[in-house]
Amino acid sequence: MYGYVAKRILHAIPIALAVSLVCFLLVHMAPGDPLTLVLPADATQAMIDTTKAKYGLDLPLPLQYLLWLWGVVGGDFGTSISTGRPVATEILGAIGYSLSLAALAAVIGFALGITLGAIAGYTAGTLLDRMVSAIAVSGVSVPQYWLGIVLVVIFSVDLGWLPAMGAGEGGVLARLHHMILPAVTLAAMPAGIVTRSVRALVAEILARDFVTALRAKGLGRRAILLHVARNVAPTALAVMGVQLGYLMAGSILVETVFSWPGTGLLLNTAILQRDIPLLQGTILVLALFFVGLNLVVDILQPLVDPRMKRT
Amino acid sequence: MSRTTVPAAIASLALAVGLGVASLVAASTAEAAGTLRIAMTASDIPLPNGQTDQGAEGLRFMGFQAFEALVGYNLSSPDEAAKLVPGLATTWSVDPADPTRWTFKLRPGVTFHDGSAFDADAVVWNFAKLLDTTAPQYDEKQAAQGRSRIPTVASVKAIDPMTVEIVTKSPDALLPWQIAFIVMSSPAQWEKVGKNWGEFLKAPSGTGPFRVTAYVPRERAEMVPFAGYWDKKRVSTLDKLVLMPVPDPSARVAALRSGQVDWIEAPPPDALASLKGAGFKITSNVYPHVWPWHFSMLEGSPWTDIRVRKAANLAIDREGMKELLGGMMVSAKGMVPTSSPWFGKPTFEVKTDVAAAKKLMAEAGISKEKPITVKAIVSPSGSGQMQPMLMNELIQQNLAEIGINVEFDVRDWNALLANWRAGAKDASTAGATSTNSSYFSQDPFTALMRHVDSRLVAPKGTNWGHLADPKIDATIDEIRNSFDEAKQLAALRKLHEIYVDEALFLFVAHDVAPRAMSAKVQGFVQPQNWYVDLTSISMKP
Repeated sequence: MYGYVAKRILHAIPIALAVSLVCFLLVHMAPGDPLTLVLPADATQAMIDTTKAKYGLDLPLPLQYLLWLWGVVGGDFGTSISTGRPVATEILGAIGYSLSLAALAAVIGFALGITLGAIAGYTAGTLLDRMVSAIAVSGVSVPQYWLGIVLVVIFSVDLGWLPAMGAGEGGVLARLHHMILPAVTLAAMPAGIVTRSVRALVAEILARDFVTALRAKGLGRRAILLHVARNVAPTALAVMGVQLGYLMAGSILVETVFSWPGTGLLLNTAILQRDIPLLQGTILVLALFFVGLNLVVDILQPLVDPRMKRT
Repeated sequence: MSRTTVPAAIASLALAVGLGVASLVAASTAEAAGTLRIAMTASDIPLPNGQTDQGAEGLRFMGFQAFEALVGYNLSSPDEAAKLVPGLATTWSVDPADPTRWTFKLRPGVTFHDGSAFDADAVVWNFAKLLDTTAPQYDEKQAAQGRSRIPTVASVKAIDPMTVEIVTKSPDALLPWQIAFIVMSSPAQWEKVGKNWGEFLKAPSGTGPFRVTAYVPRERAEMVPFAGYWDKKRVSTLDKLVLMPVPDPSARVAALRSGQVDWIEAPPPDALASLKGAGFKITSNVYPHVWPWHFSMLEGSPWTDIRVRKAANLAIDREGMKELLGGMMVSAKGMVPTSSPWFGKPTFEVKTDVAAAKKLMAEAGISKEKPITVKAIVSPSGSGQMQPMLMNELIQQNLAEIGINVEFDVRDWNALLANWRAGAKDASTAGATSTNSSYFSQDPFTALMRHVDSRLVAPKGTNWGHLADPKIDATIDEIRNSFDEAKQLAALRKLHEIYVDEALFLFVAHDVAPRAMSAKVQGFVQPQNWYVDLTSISMKP
């Protein structure tokens, strides 16, 4: 088991390095000059040169990459060109919002997905299954920004129950109140995907010989479902791990629609303002989060699947 | 669970959910009745350090609300271009014997929000904050925003507690216009917070009519009226002013419609009718902004021919464009709106006259049958760019009618700006002969002088098109050296008349800064300016 964990961690290191290189290159390949942000329109060449030197943008790209990577290893992601605040502070400030939003969306999405998927799988081929599957397909297909706007129109504009944007101020209640609509919007896609995966898994496992054997042994429905759940869990966990990563990294549209001050909105701002240090720092953290999450899922899987422990 | 308890459990759950929702709704609406909440287009709260960031919007809602400059703008009239008025200085004058020496008499009895006095030392300290890299209070961020506004300032010194002398490197009659951008932060407060601008942001202090009470980056800023404000007529009656960054236009509209904010900047044109229908007020007014095509005057550019430039200006269907934009534009007849005092009396009228345009093109040997092709740099979006693709496609259609086939070189807004800095001669122009950057034209330099001064050819300055005309340079020098207001105005008009008579740009539109607000917002006057006065506003309960 320890060997397996060590191998997984070792695998993650080159992936993380590759991710950092891709982040860096993609950001630098994009057109536009980040200095347009801090320099006045009529800045002199001397001012432009000084500012370039200050942010290290005058150095050759490979050197810029190495310096940036060295800083990142030491926790220094550089300074945001637009705000002048350390990128690490900006990301730390935003990541809490994104994590809390992703966590609530995951709770909603996974709970719905597991429940609906189990019901559909258990009743495979019936009208109920078809209805649940249709809902799941809608969840996967509906564009998040559209769903967000529709929910805002219904629950904020027409009914006036929930706020349309922002993170609110005050205690946990106000924060939760502001989080409901973006979390529901964000949960739609993972709910759909988890529903479909769990449905397929449950239906497939229910048709296996060992379930028939269990039934023949006279096991009750609840006991059989427990066996099914244990068999579904490893694959479902892998699917949910990937979805959790998407919830964090893919929340840019939802956070923009709801002005939720998380990493998605930060990324959007960084892209629009061509704030290179902020952009590459945020992308890297999100990408590493994804890598880390996959690592955790890889490590957790043997714990729920004894077959993997043996290999 | 027995059958009889199920309905009871459902009822209890429903009650709990109901109570929860009710308490959540209550939690979100707990704001004082006199609170004005504004959703800005910016993606962050403008820094409350004084010389704030986030462009004109930053100055509009933070820079000129919590802070002030020596020279201000009269923002009380919707009917005329905002004029310069005394701000923290009551008078200013230039030494007739030495036109580089200016004297500013300061307003007595002014205090910063922290209670410290505003005086000549504070002014000197604030200029050093931007210009003197060795001063302990020098702030790079503020310098980046303010330094370029005052390129001619050589020195600033206190003559007595209420008098400041500013010496310029060369005679600069436009100094008061530039000084109007430089706002004053409190030196005492900066000392108090440990001589640290980062700490100053947490407890900002200026002399403006609003005092910052909370600043949460990327989320909100809160301000309250400053009871000790020097102009008692402009002490606000609001309980609180809240600024929120909401960069997404749909989110701003939803926030207004759901009652989460009272005022939104730049509602999208297609939302205006429904907002009006739902009882919201839409305000707009022309202001110093222009949406042109900036022509290349380099050899080989078809725009070097004045007949082609004039014909293009006559071919544009500006009324059709206005309709496309839901009425939210003013047809441009020059670089500045006709209501501007600098407009003058040009002899060439910018209007739609396709027959006249075709005649001019025929004289230049061009027709629909024998067309020329031009490449135009445009952007799909950008600050002040309005609806660039929609507008450019109409222009493309209009110009095709007179024998100008337009090929678009669509670039990201930042990429367009990078080329705009580099100039038409730069390799990045890649054969294009015009660029489409909208312009801020608040003061004479940004409005008229910087684009056409041959000494400011890009990349040294922002004369993108490499226009070089001794007559224009001489007029610019005349403006810089006219310390008499009337003479300066006459020279400015002369320069603008050259702009129009020579059709130096493709004059297309002026933006009208649409805003939407709830019926509760009372007393707002939208001036012909980038900035607004929020002190006249009250909230109807």
